[in-house]
Amino acid sequence: MFRFLFDRDTWQEVYDSFSKNKLRSVLTMVGVWWGILLLIGLLGSARGVENSFNRLFGSFATNSVFIWGQNTSKPFKGFQEGKRVRLSLSDAKKVEDNIDGIEFVVPRNRNQATVVRNFLSGSFAINGDYPLLDKVQKKKLIYGRFINQNDIDDNKKVAVISEEVYKQLFEKDKNPIGEYIEVNQISFKVIGMFENGNGNMGPSSDIHIPFTTFQQVYNQGDSIGWMMITGKPEYSIEQIETDAKLLLKNLNRIHPEDNRAFGSFNLGKEFAKIKGFLIGMQFLTWFVGIATLIAGVFAIGNILLITVKERTKEIGVRRALGATPFEIKRQIVLEAVFITLVAGLFGIITGGWILIALDHFFGQGTEAVIVNASVSIAIVFIALIILVILGTLIGLIPAFKATSVKPIQALREE
Amino acid sequence: MLEIHQLHKSYPIGDSSLHVLKGIDLTVESGEMVAIMGSSGSGKSTLLNIIGMLDEADSGEYILDGLPIKDLTEKKAAVYRNKFLGFIFQSFNLINYKNALENVALPLYYQGMKRKERQELAMFHLEKVGLADWAQHLPKELSGGQNQRVAIARALAANPKLLLADEPTGALDTKTSYEIMEFIQQLNDEGKTILMVTHEEDIANMCKRIVRLRDGVIMEDKKVQQERVSAYV
Repeated sequence: MFRFLFDRDTWQEVYDSFSKNKLRSVLTMVGVWWGILLLIGLLGSARGVENSFNRLFGSFATNSVFIWGQNTSKPFKGFQEGKRVRLSLSDAKKVEDNIDGIEFVVPRNRNQATVVRNFLSGSFAINGDYPLLDKVQKKKLIYGRFINQNDIDDNKKVAVISEEVYKQLFEKDKNPIGEYIEVNQISFKVIGMFENGNGNMGPSSDIHIPFTTFQQVYNQGDSIGWMMITGKPEYSIEQIETDAKLLLKNLNRIHPEDNRAFGSFNLGKEFAKIKGFLIGMQFLTWFVGIATLIAGVFAIGNILLITVKERTKEIGVRRALGATPFEIKRQIVLEAVFITLVAGLFGIITGGWILIALDHFFGQGTEAVIVNASVSIAIVFIALIILVILGTLIGLIPAFKATSVKPIQALREE
Repeated sequence: MLEIHQLHKSYPIGDSSLHVLKGIDLTVESGEMVAIMGSSGSGKSTLLNIIGMLDEADSGEYILDGLPIKDLTEKKAAVYRNKFLGFIFQSFNLINYKNALENVALPLYYQGMKRKERQELAMFHLEKVGLADWAQHLPKELSGGQNQRVAIARALAANPKLLLADEPTGALDTKTSYEIMEFIQQLNDEGKTILMVTHEEDIANMCKRIVRLRDGVIMEDKKVQQERVSAYV
C-alpha cells in the first residue's frame, strides 16, 4: 500500500509537476510557510515572556500574601479610630495554628539604616529574619549561607548581604565572607551574599540579620513589621487572606468590618493575573497560528484545483495509457502533502531563526524581556502531523475533481 | 480479434437525446488495418472511443480477443486499456514536461514495471521509430512528425493487441503524414492490428479495409488494395 512512497518514480512525478511551475508552487507554499513561521515565532516568544515572568517570580512562593498593620478606621470596644495596629510574634503563631491551608507564616521586621565599612557607606534596608524566609523567598547565594537556627538562638551579629550592598561597600573581587560591616555602629559579620534576582517582587531586601538580633538591636519586643503567609498550593490564597485578617482583627480588638486596619499585598492574586494573561496570550498565539496555517493549506488546495483543471488533458492521457483513478488521486494527494510539508519545514527552520534572533536581541542579561524563547520538539511534531493531515484532506478535493471527469471528456479538453 | 454486435450509443442533449450509433456490427480479424471514415457527426469517433474503452455503449456486445468488455469500472477499464490497447492521437498528447523516453515509458510505469527495465524497453521502441538520439528531448524541441513517432512508440511500448489511431495525420503536412503512414504500414506488416479514424481518402487508401459510417450506421465496408506509401515517394 505504502510501497509507492519509496519508489523513485513517485517522487520523480512529484518533482516534475512541481518544477514545471516553480513560481506557482513557491507562491503556494508561502501561505503555509508563513502560517508555521508565525506559529513557531509567536509560541516561542510567548514561552520566552513566560520564562521571564517565571524567572521574576521564580525564587518566590507565589501562593503568598503579605499582611502588615496600619491605623484603624473604626472605633471598637472603647478604642477610638486611628489606633496604631502593631502585629506581634504571637499573632503570627496564632495565624499559623488556626487558619486552614497554611504552609508557612514568616514574621519579618525591617528598618532603614546607614551601613558603614571602612570609608564606604550607604543606606540600606535591614531585615530581621528567620531561616524560614529562605523557603518562601529563595535566595541565590553566591557566597556563604543564609541565617540558621543557631544565629537565631544565640542572637548572633551576622548579616547576609545582597550583591548590591557588596558592590557599594566592598572592593571588586574581594570575598566578603568573614568581613565586618557596621550597622548603626554595631559590627556584623558577613556570612553570605546573594544575587539580586527577584527584581521588584516584594519589598527590596538588602541586608538580612537574625530576627532575634534585630529585636535586640532595635528594641522591638515581640512586635513585627509584617508577616508573610504562604498557602498550600491547593488552597485559595484569597480565602487565607480573608481568614487571617479576620483572626488578626479579633486578636487585636479591631472592628470586624474595619478594612483599613491591615494593609496587604496578595502575591498569589497578582501572580494569577499574570498567569491568566500568559494563558490568554498562548491561546491567541495558537489561534492565530493555526488559523493562518489553515488559510495557507486552503491556498494550496485552491492552487491544486487550478493545477488539476489545467492538467485535465494530461490526466486524461495518463488514464488512456492505463493510470487507474486511484493512482491519479494518490499522486495529487501526495503532491499536496509534499508541498505543505516542504513549506512547513521551511517555516519551522525560519521560525527557529527568528527565535534565535529574538534571543540574540532581547534575551541577553538578567533584565531580559524574553528568556530562552523556544518551542518544544513535541509541538513542532504536532504541527507537522497537523500539516500532513490537512495536506491530505485538502489534496482530496482536487484529487476527486481530477478523476470525476471522464477520460473521454478530459482528452477533448484543449 | 474484435467483435461488435448491435452497438448503440446516444448522448443526452437537453431534454432529448442524440442517437449517435444505431446498431453497429463490425468484426476485425487479427492483422487487419482498418480505416473508419465518415463525415463529422457520423459517429466514427464515438465508435473508436467505445472500442478504446474511453466510453461505454448503451447496448450491444463488444468482445476483444475473446474477452467480453462490459460492466467496466474505471479501474478495470484502465487496466484493460493499459494491457490491450495502444492509442495514437491527432494532437499527439505527449506530456510536455517529460522527455521522449519518459513519455514512451509512461504506460510501462502504470504496468508497474521496474524503472530500469522500463527505460530499456522504452529505448528499444524509440530506436524502432528512429528517435533514439532524441530520447532526452522534450516534446516542444521536436517536430510534429517526430512527436507523432514518439506517440507511436508510446502506443507500442506496452505491446498492445490493438492500435487505435484517431486521425493520426490530422495535424501533419502531407509529406510528414506519409512518413507516419509508412511507419504504421510497417507495423501492420509486422502483424499489428490497426484501427484508424480518418477523413482523408488518400490516408484511408493506405489501409487494407475501409469502413464508412453515416448517421450512426455502417454504409459501406470493403477491402481495398492497399496503396504502399513507398510507391508514392
